Amino acid sequence: MSSSELLVKIRDLQIDGIADETRSRIINNVDLDLHRGEVLGLIGESGAGKSTLGLAAMGFTRDGCEIVGGSVEFDGIDLVGATPDVRRQLLGKRIAYVAQSAAASFNPAHKIINQHAEAPLFHGMSSRAEAEADAIDLYSRLRLPNPDEIGFRYPHQVSGGQLQRAMTAMAMSCRPDLIIFDEPTTALDVTTQIEVLVAIREIVEQFQTAAIYITHDLAVVAQMADRVKVLLRGDEVEEADTRTMLQSPREEYTKSLWAVRSFERPQKPLAAKTATPVISLRNVTAAYGNNDPVVRDVSFDIHEGRTVAVVGESGSGKSTTARCITGLLPPRTGEIAFQNQVLPADYRNRSVEQLRQVQMIYQMADTALNPRKKIGEIIGRPVEFYLGLKGAEKRRRVEKLLEQIELEPSEFINRLPSELSGGQKQRIGIARALAAEPKFIICDEVTSALDQLVAEGILKLLTNLQEEMKLSYMLITHDLSTVKAIADEVVVMKDGRIVEAGPKDEMFTPPHHEYTDLLLSSVPEMDPDWLDELLKQRGADNLGDAAVSKM
Amino acid sequence: MPTLSLTIWAAAVIVGTAMLSFVGRPIGTRKSIARLRDMTVTGALGYSLLIVTIYQAAALYFGPGATFFKWAVHGVIGFGLAGYLFQQLGRHVGTKATKKLFRSMPVTAALGILLIITYAFVAIFADFIAPYGQAEIFKDANLLPGGNPEMGGNPAHILGTDQIGRDILSRLIYGAQNTVGIAFVTTLLAFFIGISLGFLAATIGGVLDQVLSRIVDMLMSIPQLIFALLLMTIATAWFGSEKGMVTLFMILIIAVLDSTRVFRLSRAVGMNIVVMDFFEAAKLRGEKLSYLIFSEITPNAFAPLLAEFGLRFCFVFLTIASLSFLGIGIQPPLADWGTMVRDLSQFIAYAPFPVVGPLTASLPLMAAGAIALLTVAVNFVVDWMLHRASGLKE
Amino acid sequence: MNNVAMIISKRLGLGVLTMFMVSVIIFLAVNMLPGDFAQALLGQSATPEAVAAIRKDLGLDKPFYTRYFDWLVGVLQFDFGTSFAKANFSSYGGTSAAANFGTVADQIAPRFANTLFLAGVTAAIAVPLSLTIGVLAALYRYSIFDRIANISTLTSISSPEFFVAYVLILLLAVLSPVFPSLSNIHDGMDFATKLQKTMLPALTLTLVVTAHMMRMTRAAIINLLASPYIEMARLKGLSPFRIIVFHALPNALAPIINVIALNLAYLITGVVVVEVVFVYPGVGQLFVDSVKIRDIPVVQACCLVFAAAYISLNLLADVMSILSNPRLRLPK
Repeated sequence: MSSSELLVKIRDLQIDGIADETRSRIINNVDLDLHRGEVLGLIGESGAGKSTLGLAAMGFTRDGCEIVGGSVEFDGIDLVGATPDVRRQLLGKRIAYVAQSAAASFNPAHKIINQHAEAPLFHGMSSRAEAEADAIDLYSRLRLPNPDEIGFRYPHQVSGGQLQRAMTAMAMSCRPDLIIFDEPTTALDVTTQIEVLVAIREIVEQFQTAAIYITHDLAVVAQMADRVKVLLRGDEVEEADTRTMLQSPREEYTKSLWAVRSFERPQKPLAAKTATPVISLRNVTAAYGNNDPVVRDVSFDIHEGRTVAVVGESGSGKSTTARCITGLLPPRTGEIAFQNQVLPADYRNRSVEQLRQVQMIYQMADTALNPRKKIGEIIGRPVEFYLGLKGAEKRRRVEKLLEQIELEPSEFINRLPSELSGGQKQRIGIARALAAEPKFIICDEVTSALDQLVAEGILKLLTNLQEEMKLSYMLITHDLSTVKAIADEVVVMKDGRIVEAGPKDEMFTPPHHEYTDLLLSSVPEMDPDWLDELLKQRGADNLGDAAVSKM
Repeated sequence: MPTLSLTIWAAAVIVGTAMLSFVGRPIGTRKSIARLRDMTVTGALGYSLLIVTIYQAAALYFGPGATFFKWAVHGVIGFGLAGYLFQQLGRHVGTKATKKLFRSMPVTAALGILLIITYAFVAIFADFIAPYGQAEIFKDANLLPGGNPEMGGNPAHILGTDQIGRDILSRLIYGAQNTVGIAFVTTLLAFFIGISLGFLAATIGGVLDQVLSRIVDMLMSIPQLIFALLLMTIATAWFGSEKGMVTLFMILIIAVLDSTRVFRLSRAVGMNIVVMDFFEAAKLRGEKLSYLIFSEITPNAFAPLLAEFGLRFCFVFLTIASLSFLGIGIQPPLADWGTMVRDLSQFIAYAPFPVVGPLTASLPLMAAGAIALLTVAVNFVVDWMLHRASGLKE
Repeated sequence: MNNVAMIISKRLGLGVLTMFMVSVIIFLAVNMLPGDFAQALLGQSATPEAVAAIRKDLGLDKPFYTRYFDWLVGVLQFDFGTSFAKANFSSYGGTSAAANFGTVADQIAPRFANTLFLAGVTAAIAVPLSLTIGVLAALYRYSIFDRIANISTLTSISSPEFFVAYVLILLLAVLSPVFPSLSNIHDGMDFATKLQKTMLPALTLTLVVTAHMMRMTRAAIINLLASPYIEMARLKGLSPFRIIVFHALPNALAPIINVIALNLAYLITGVVVVEVVFVYPGVGQLFVDSVKIRDIPVVQACCLVFAAAYISLNLLADVMSILSNPRLRLPK
């Protein structure tokens, strides 16, 4: 078979979403061509219709979606008009799917290998023994630990990164012509992500499988795809091969997406040794209940006007550290001082003035704002509570705050949070923190739930506010590009301990502690050759969890 | 004869099913007939059965006899029509918000709202609507309904009189006031107890939460009607001579027993809100307990609790009706539907009598139906509210 | 396996504790009654000697906690004490004549068997019926069948049991006499007659319980069908039948077991009203009769029997759902 043979041909596809009896267009006249053995990257922000388009290439629409026009052909077979029987003949056998959350997409009631063997058995491709032997072979190709044994476990007994590779193996079980990868690494930590990326790329190359790789992460798509298609709210923006797209994007929208990563505020000089830190943690150890401590002996200072980024993967104790500072979780030992005055451990024992000085901005803007209260009330409450302003004075202050976060007061003051976009909600969260006129703000993953362009806006806003009001930030994040953009100092945490700490510029130049090194080197870059070079440098067995377990 | 017709129908169903599910297949791939083509055998079987059922029902309706079936058909069509008209009315009259509300409302929910309004109206204005007092005794006992003197009726008592000569229509109307009113008050009380304790347990947590939850677990491990009957035995033993006190105790007993379920729900709802970031933000601001409960929890708990209020009301209403039916609930001389069903139940045997039979036999069913209709109405509305709430989450 | 054994034994222990607390509550409640058992037994005209003799015989002169433990020990040996109504007080001469008393256990035992028979017949019809309709409604959700099923089950849930009962009597006993409206079964009957006489109460309960079970089954399955692993199964090209049987059902087991247990437990409450309507000689009717004549030992015993059945059904459901969950069966 020649590699130029057309496998998927989508023409003029239109898909409607039906919610609450109103129709809206999700995919708007999109064409797509995919050749055998080729990997196409689909990128776009949330709501761009990437997943819908990816599933449509399988002839599948989710409940509430409907194909209203256009055609989808797979290897010459019309999938839109096909009977369910014809479609079922193809799914699993010639077209396979890898979902975002492997933990949710494996049936919890069956062993992994039984689910693996299901498709080949059902489609009459092989016997159970053959399918199981093949599964074990695929597991070892994907570098899963204990390939002989891992399939005989239940999904909940296997870690997320391993499950994601097991799901890739399952998609491979019938040696399909096409695999759809729907954000397969989005839910994973960076060090785990890199293992999965390497595994997927190798196996796709080995079997010459065509793939559609859906993601919102440009750096990931740069490593995985031969060609890239950019989507924006159901429309195609442009399509080109990966290198061309990265070097010279044609459209404005694509250019702005590319530019996001270049925002970087210069690092401020370290505070003088004699200066009083705004917040200092002194040998804090904390635990939930009588369990083992999740934060152990953590100490660092945050100075006026500086941003300290606390980075680490999930479970490293960074959010727990924040809970200790706010007083929600009194530390077992150690203390927290505000301008050299020790704060009471429990927030209930702190004075209103002490509470006012420490404010928090949350990750999920949806749950951070009371959905039944108007914006004016949400921002007005701390103004009234801390500063005692009432009536017109309060309103003026609220309007001032809204101006500071670059939202038009008259337009937003009477709205409910549900009438706002994600980025606007996050701005309201910032305004609520500012309303207390604090010295110190904890930003807990404030941009991780946002699209990149919106996130950049929030980071710029935070920077400007810091300049204006001499604020100190503690920035909790797992995203190193955010750290690069606005941090002055970096604290790296792992398993509740501080691995390394220092000024940002030093942290981004080697040499480091080996964990920091692994963490930094695992963050994908926009260079298409990055993954190859990394593999050359470190070797495939010295990445991710494998590398961590060696430490 | 019945075996023969049954066989014919079975054959018709099988043939129809086969036709629908297989003959449709090769017709083509055009979208309009894709539904027919992709129909499964079970689906086709269902449609065949539906057609047969409709045909049978029509035959029964247009044939002779079957008075009750005809009444049932009239009832279903009548209620359906009323609900539809009310829905249309709501869509065209009223403010923008209510119009929008009615547009998203199915006919069942519209009918439910209409019925609830009607019940409320009858309950409130029972004194003006009812022709006689609820305890008024006339000298003609056991008058038959229909109002025809030749048939043993009396035009002054359109639904007749009961064993001791009380006007049945008046008692039905007063029943709305007593049965519905008492159930409503009981539910309100149960909610007051359940919500305040539930929110307190959710906000404060710790020992208070543990103690309250264990007590509630204990109370809920005895079936509610059984427990209510036991407690009512004790109440009647103490206050058996004072009917009013017995009714009062019934309200208290059922309110307390039912508040356990309200407690569970409001605690769960409260717990969901307490872990939200906006609640944490308010806590860290240093807000007082009263602000946290009234300003942060209550507005967000309103929608689920309103739906629960409807369900609890139905449950309380049915429990009270059952108690009264068993003779241990609302005490005479108050007119009450549950008691009336029991008192009138032997009239059912009159059904086969010509002319007056069906109406007489309907008397106990009217009282029981009045209970059923209101709970159906509330359930229709609640069902729609829950559906809407779950739809909005997506 | 140790883990599961731990969880289950904990749950069983909790069940026993609950049962114990419930028995305390029932005993306390009954002891809140005014006046004296013995006085109530013999009426106002009794001589103080006779009252004192009965008090001694019944152990009423002992302190509260002793009486409770005596009662509890009796209950554990299926001795629920003596029924007031069945006691032969006219011949009570003041000597020890406990043998003359009709015991509560003697009254409850045959009636308990009858109630179990009724519940059994109901469950035999209702469980398969509701599971089938529930699964079908979930498969063909939002179709015309689903809507009809939705409206009719909602109606039948909303109706009080006695409404359903009288409608069935009207249709199946009065207008077309298929089944008798009086279910006066007794031991001498052969099974077929017994079944025929039990049919109307069983059908009444079936209608109410089926509606509940069908709705809950439907909701449990629809909830599952939205999960990503079902989408995954569909994207593997599996047939709808295999998806339901292999992927949905094993996970729906726990909720469905719960649904069944909950509704069997609900039968216990529903049975009271239905037994009264059809004059069915079961525990429910005995309970209501005893409540009316304040036959305290019988009320106490019935309460305990109902509560025990209710608690054990809930316990059984919990244990079964623990066993059906691989996450609990096999820890990480």
